[in-house]
Amino acid sequence: MAAAPTTGVSMGEALNRALRDAIADDPDVLVYGEDVGPLGGVFRVTDGLAGEFGEERVFDSPLAESGIVGTAIGMAMYGLRPVVELQFDAFAYPAFEQVVSHLAKMRNRTRGAVALPVVLRVPYGGGIGGVEHHSDSSEAYYTHTPGLRVVTPGTPADAYSMLREAVECDDPVVFLEPKRRYWSRQEVDLPVRTEPMATPVVRRPGTDATLIAYGPMVETALEAAETAAAEGRSLEVVDVRQLAPLDDGVVTASVRRTGRAVVVHEASVFGGYGAELAARIGERCFHYLEAPVLRVGGLDVPYPPPKLEHHHLPDAHRVLAAVDRLQWESEWVDDGDGGRTLP
Amino acid sequence: MKHTDERPRPAPALPTREPVRLVDRHGRRVGHSSFTAPDPARLVELHRAMLIGRRFNQQAGTLARQGRLAVYPSSTGQEAAQVGGVLALSDQDWLFPTYRDSVALVAHGVDPVRTLTLFRGDWHCGYDPHRYRCAPQCTPLATNASHAVGLTYAARRKGRDVAALAMMGDGATSEGDAHEAYNFAAVWNTPVVFLVQNNHWAISVPLHRQTAAPTLAHKAVGYGMKGYHVDGNDAAAVYAVVSHALAEARAGGGPAIVEAVTYRVDPHTNADAPQRYRDPAEVEHWKERDPLIRSERLIRDEGLLGDAEETERALAAFGAEADRIADTVRERLADGDELDPRSLFTDVYATVPPLLEQEHALLADELREV
Repeated sequence: MAAAPTTGVSMGEALNRALRDAIADDPDVLVYGEDVGPLGGVFRVTDGLAGEFGEERVFDSPLAESGIVGTAIGMAMYGLRPVVELQFDAFAYPAFEQVVSHLAKMRNRTRGAVALPVVLRVPYGGGIGGVEHHSDSSEAYYTHTPGLRVVTPGTPADAYSMLREAVECDDPVVFLEPKRRYWSRQEVDLPVRTEPMATPVVRRPGTDATLIAYGPMVETALEAAETAAAEGRSLEVVDVRQLAPLDDGVVTASVRRTGRAVVVHEASVFGGYGAELAARIGERCFHYLEAPVLRVGGLDVPYPPPKLEHHHLPDAHRVLAAVDRLQWESEWVDDGDGGRTLP
Repeated sequence: MKHTDERPRPAPALPTREPVRLVDRHGRRVGHSSFTAPDPARLVELHRAMLIGRRFNQQAGTLARQGRLAVYPSSTGQEAAQVGGVLALSDQDWLFPTYRDSVALVAHGVDPVRTLTLFRGDWHCGYDPHRYRCAPQCTPLATNASHAVGLTYAARRKGRDVAALAMMGDGATSEGDAHEAYNFAAVWNTPVVFLVQNNHWAISVPLHRQTAAPTLAHKAVGYGMKGYHVDGNDAAAVYAVVSHALAEARAGGGPAIVEAVTYRVDPHTNADAPQRYRDPAEVEHWKERDPLIRSERLIRDEGLLGDAEETERALAAFGAEADRIADTVRERLADGDELDPRSLFTDVYATVPPLLEQEHALLADELREV
């Protein structure tokens, strides 16, 4: 497989630049949260911003996630566009009530009178050797909430473009940052605008099966496709990007072309976002499918300790094992009754 | 780069255990070292707004019993706390009410019928919050408090002098969100007054099972805020204290908690059974402390509306006005907004996403089948 780029822009740098440009472009944009000021965030995504723009625009808040989101709601009611950081996936849970009961519903409750253009940046997912509560994949909690846009970039270029778009968006956006990919690099000139975030994109064309991934698993799916190509199997990779509301056109068109699909995410499989994708593909591509839609994800266990996390995290090998289970005709055998079956 | 000023701030004084009272339950003025009652015109205005509120409570309660409202959480007995707090606001200020604060909304100028949209089951919020400078009535306890902090912060950023009154009950002060909002307000020094109506009951849970604090106003001190403990059935005292707290907050003196000690005379809602958890004698005790009794006595005894004859005429006119508003609510209740199922889909996002277009088409098919 191709080595990961060591030059170009990292996802963390792209996010930092997106915040910088958003603050510079719009006086109503402000960035706050825990440790986002002088420290520059625990992942340094806000590095240098407080120094450049002053604490009027970028500042540390008290350590209270519900208060962070609640105050952002109040600010947005009065015309600001707050971009707040909730430091880690599992530390965002105290804010859940504000997110579900107010942030997601305010436009609807007020029949459109009050829009809440708030961005919640949430570093999510594992793979960084974090101790407990630092590696959750919490996307399904948010995608199950009508009124929220839930987006997650898979590449540095998308990280920049989608964060700019999220800040400009009049809906509340849960912006999930795949923390293990903060250091992934891509040759790209910033500023860049990629496809609108609501549209999934084909990251790699292929003909035999479609891998549907998002966030941290885009890279993993591409790695699997690279390996499969060497073995003579052509896999298409679709990056979902905006998980909710989902525009599934690109996904279903791809699966109709290839006839086979594997949904890949880092979160536990049971009740995960992949179940929604698989169900939609089943509904909309039934007559095109050569095999059941398979899901690949993390184990259905609480996120493991660092020394065991590699057993939990889906890798290219786990993805390819699922691809192998897609009922390829070459594996069919006579059933002894005039028909054919899988062994 | 500027860093936080680390000079120690003076600790606020502890609130008094005895609530601030300017008019006693017999309508007699009580001298106070820190606060004075508002002028006669304002005292009369407070009484008039409380009368409207009382009749509104009665009318809404009746409509709930008749099934014309899905539910109504009455604030009978709490009119002084709600009206006294709201009338202290300036024109540009915002109100952050809860579901039990319909009377506060009416006093704030929201169309009385539209305050009932939520309870009528037509929609979640019946008014435009920006038009009335009034957030939607908030049901998840204490979650509205941080919105008030954020809004006043934003207003200050935009160079506007906007304060906010964030309303909550005694039960809500136990919620984590109350704590977070108090703390954010104090750290950011935003002009918010948290008006806590201590009506002694969180549905069926009495105050002593809710808190071990000497008073709810004492909670303020730990956040570096001022706390005021007020007789919540004395509209003059609530008005004077909230006015003072708002003025201080505007001037940069920091946010405050005002605890208005009052009583929920009615059941929690029309679905509640208070006889299961509280002594009717307690209710009678508080009925003797009804906020309207004392304000009417004060007006009569001091001739704030003129001589006896003029007073009777004016009070009768106030009563007639309150009745008229209640009648209007009853008559207009039916002419709510057209409930078009299409509206389920239109304001979920800024634009209607494909999924909701599909679901709207499905619903339209179902309606055609009917």
